[in-house]
Amino acid sequence: MSVENIRQKLIVSESPHIRQGDTTAGIMLDVVIALIPVLIAGIMIFGYRAGVLAGVCVASSVIFEWAWCRILKKPSSIGDFSAVVTGLLLAMNLPVTMPFWMAILGAFFAIVIVKQFFGGIGHNFMNPALAARAFLLTSWPQQMTTWVKPFAPVDLSLGADIVSSATPLAIIKSGTGELSSYMDMFLGKIGGCMGEVSTLALLIGALYLLVRRVIRIRIPFSYIATVSVLTFIFGGKDGLFTGDVLTHLLSGGLILGAFFMATDYVTTPYTKTGQIIFGIGCGVLTSVIRIWGGYPEGVSYSILLMNVAAPLIDRFTQPKRFGEIGKKRGAKGNV
Amino acid sequence: MFNFIRRAFGKNEVFTFKGGIHPKDMKKSTEGKAIRDITPPKTLVFPLSQHIGAEAKAVVSVGDHILAGQKIAEADGFVSANVHSSVSGTVAAIEPRLHPLGGKVMSVVVENDGLDQWRQDMKKHTFDQVTPTEIVEAVREAGIVGMGGAAFPTHVKLSPPAEKQIKYVIINGAECEPYLTSDHRAMLEIADEIIDGLKLTMKIFGLNTGYIAIETNKPDAIKNMTDRAMAEKDVCIKVVAVKTKYPQGSEKHLIKAVTGISVPPGKLPVDVGVLVNNIDSCAAIARAVLKGLPLTRRIVTVGGDCIAEPQNLRVPIGTSFEYLAEVCGGFSKTATKLIMGGPMMGIALSRLDVPVIKGSSGLLAFGQDMVPERIQKNCLRCGRCIEGCPMNLLPNMIKEAICANDLERLEKLNALDCIQCGSCTYVCPAEQNPLKFIRTAKMKLREAKK
Repeated sequence: MSVENIRQKLIVSESPHIRQGDTTAGIMLDVVIALIPVLIAGIMIFGYRAGVLAGVCVASSVIFEWAWCRILKKPSSIGDFSAVVTGLLLAMNLPVTMPFWMAILGAFFAIVIVKQFFGGIGHNFMNPALAARAFLLTSWPQQMTTWVKPFAPVDLSLGADIVSSATPLAIIKSGTGELSSYMDMFLGKIGGCMGEVSTLALLIGALYLLVRRVIRIRIPFSYIATVSVLTFIFGGKDGLFTGDVLTHLLSGGLILGAFFMATDYVTTPYTKTGQIIFGIGCGVLTSVIRIWGGYPEGVSYSILLMNVAAPLIDRFTQPKRFGEIGKKRGAKGNV
Repeated sequence: MFNFIRRAFGKNEVFTFKGGIHPKDMKKSTEGKAIRDITPPKTLVFPLSQHIGAEAKAVVSVGDHILAGQKIAEADGFVSANVHSSVSGTVAAIEPRLHPLGGKVMSVVVENDGLDQWRQDMKKHTFDQVTPTEIVEAVREAGIVGMGGAAFPTHVKLSPPAEKQIKYVIINGAECEPYLTSDHRAMLEIADEIIDGLKLTMKIFGLNTGYIAIETNKPDAIKNMTDRAMAEKDVCIKVVAVKTKYPQGSEKHLIKAVTGISVPPGKLPVDVGVLVNNIDSCAAIARAVLKGLPLTRRIVTVGGDCIAEPQNLRVPIGTSFEYLAEVCGGFSKTATKLIMGGPMMGIALSRLDVPVIKGSSGLLAFGQDMVPERIQKNCLRCGRCIEGCPMNLLPNMIKEAICANDLERLEKLNALDCIQCGSCTYVCPAEQNPLKFIRTAKMKLREAKK
């Protein structure tokens, strides 16, 4: 082509002229991929109803998102897959026996009330899936805390032959019952929500997110480390420094919460220091609820509480700008 | 402190700074090709403002016959630069002409007679006898400016205020912009001139040690410059490998990587005793002092996915970009965006019939797929702009503050420190453009300060 032909419409815009090419949808798709091992583990442990329940949550979340955009005559935002992530995370936070209509109501709460009322993706001040979990737990505490025995599959109609079991954390709390072995807890052969039982599956997903650089280790690490330290010091029945750290780590929603919920971009601080403070705050609240609170489990409430504090944390953790020198050190080089 | 420990133990340590981004370097298509000299076109346009500072004043008249290398415009004040003709011929006009940075600027238009007659009265110095004052004077006379893009007059850099002592001289061979390979080729082909330029600069300040910083993606350049540096017996020239990362070539970040010194916010490198110079400018210093040649040529990378034969050209300043594209075989497909400089900080051209100026390091032509329509989505608060910001700013917060017109908060967020490298916009998954807002913020802050 000759140079003459170039005298046509050229785009004249400011620098930079190239982009990395990562998109919101790509990030959300990575989270969905990371949750697939967790979903598979849930189905293997609790039967096919787990898969159906997850499907119901995802489908209803996407439909609510689509309908909301439709009603408000906004361009549809289901293409960014964030509703899929919310639906999946909500399902992971439910017991397998949850009635479908309650799960749909949960999805409505997450998508419409927590997310879209505040302006959609990027504007919600709480993690939608966790807020929905808290809403369901307050509204139907019994259904939300019915744990079936692993490998005792439940059918869709939820017949009367459900074999219930207690979660390890509840056993620690009440002091009665026998704890499963650590290996069983690691693999997921314990009672609990669909997505929280198998630590192995969660770690595979988490590793994927870390390798893809979708999440950073700062929040999960500071969160889990804080819980480990605090439950070790204060968690034991026989005085200080006798806590059963492994049970606290391997059971309950800590791993799910730390890697998949506390790392939600929208509702966590974005400064590096802020993220570490956020993780420590979550860890302290979780430990306090688990050890001294009324609930056996405190991951969701602690993350929700810290979500609200995130903008404040950001404000107070502005990083030192490049070239700014601390008061103690002078402008010395080191050549 | 950690830097110090690493320095003490690591022999082949690679230095850098925190933050920054890793764009694909896209240098393969031109880095292996030798710099090609081109025949000057029939008409050349010399804008009188090709530098930061006052516009130069024309010293020729329409109809004058001029020789190549002849001064056609004189610096108007200290912060300004002379302009020389790169060809011999006749002055056809002195009138406002289109400038690559936009608008019309007073320019000298020269009709090339094709004879390439050079002026013979050039003042040559020898390295051993030249004095610091003579070096600075020769640089000023040659109209040398920073050829990395900003085009700050070099003689001003070389004459710091008496109370400021220059302790480090660093030649910037980082070339962190993707696509551009002109400095890379220069380090392979005109290493002697670069070393001479560095030695002359060191001589001005009475220094025994000089540095050349090169990104690790140019191992052949590192090797070539190291070999040349080793051959120097009486001075010590250190070649420092710096990490391949954008914006490693930013002055302040290069200084941090090479010397460990932080240039405080709002201060200039000269305040901490460091002078950074561009590769091509450095070679120009050697040519000006030792051969008496004014700055009339520069190396330009012509590349991008629409250029038929991407390559590096040694271009007479004043040549139109259109001619460069023709020399490189024209366009292989329809170009949608033309950029002068690199893709991260370069300037989009609205047309091709503008001249190459002293600060034009490249001409890039991108097709439709490189510049897709971008639909801005909500900010996810993912924090990638913060991780990428080499100045440790909070680009998304600055954006929020400018949208709320909160000048006080902008001040607290140090919006004025932004070096406009574009890293924040480059990484944004929501396809937002935080840099655009920061530019507005800087403008508003500057207005408010007046």
